[in-house]
Amino acid sequence: MSVDVLYFAWVRERIGLPRERVETQAETVADLVAELTAREARYEAAFADPTALRVAVDQQLTDFDAPLAGAREVAFFPPMTGG
Amino acid sequence: MQVRVQEEPFDMGGELAGFAHGRRDAGAVVTFSGLVRDDTGDLSHLEIEHYPGMTTTAIEGIASEAIRRWSLSDALVIHRYGRLAPGAPIMMVATAAPHRADAFAAAEFLMDYLKSRAPFWKKEVTSAGEAWVEAKAEDEDALDRW
Repeated sequence: MSVDVLYFAWVRERIGLPRERVETQAETVADLVAELTAREARYEAAFADPTALRVAVDQQLTDFDAPLAGAREVAFFPPMTGG
Repeated sequence: MQVRVQEEPFDMGGELAGFAHGRRDAGAVVTFSGLVRDDTGDLSHLEIEHYPGMTTTAIEGIASEAIRRWSLSDALVIHRYGRLAPGAPIMMVATAAPHRADAFAAAEFLMDYLKSRAPFWKKEVTSAGEAWVEAKAEDEDALDRW
């Protein structure tokens, strides 16, 4: 399947792009992270500490063990600092 | 419920007057406004990034919960993004309720959740460089009281 992957804040800066379309067989968010990390050092740098990251699937906050079946959009970002 | 995510400045006084105008169901209106704080005296500006598409939906979810839990007459949330100078208004919330205790509590709830659950990220730009503002553990802990 293909999914839009979005990056925000320092995750975007480390990876060097705001979004990309990814062909993947990943069944969960964690699988997708493993696939991306294996690609290049910049992904490894961005995903080095998963506890420092948050994830949203189809714009809903979720966990790294969330399934990706049917997902259109996955976003990775640091903890939010609104307000 | 009114939720606005915008780059342009807003007029706090005008927003409050508009929000309170013509209400017969609410005896209390509470507002909170957040400004760009310069801790070191060295801040050039703040850059606020957000997740278009998710931001408004996430805030509407938080505001709906506040309205439900405190039986609010109405709630308003305005949050800016982009480049903001020190002292500039970043955001405001307003709550209207029959009595003040509910209006205050709902405004605090909104602020606690907007801080940690609305997809915004702040970067501070100073003469020394730029740095992302890190989320504080106490901001996450603040959610537990609700």
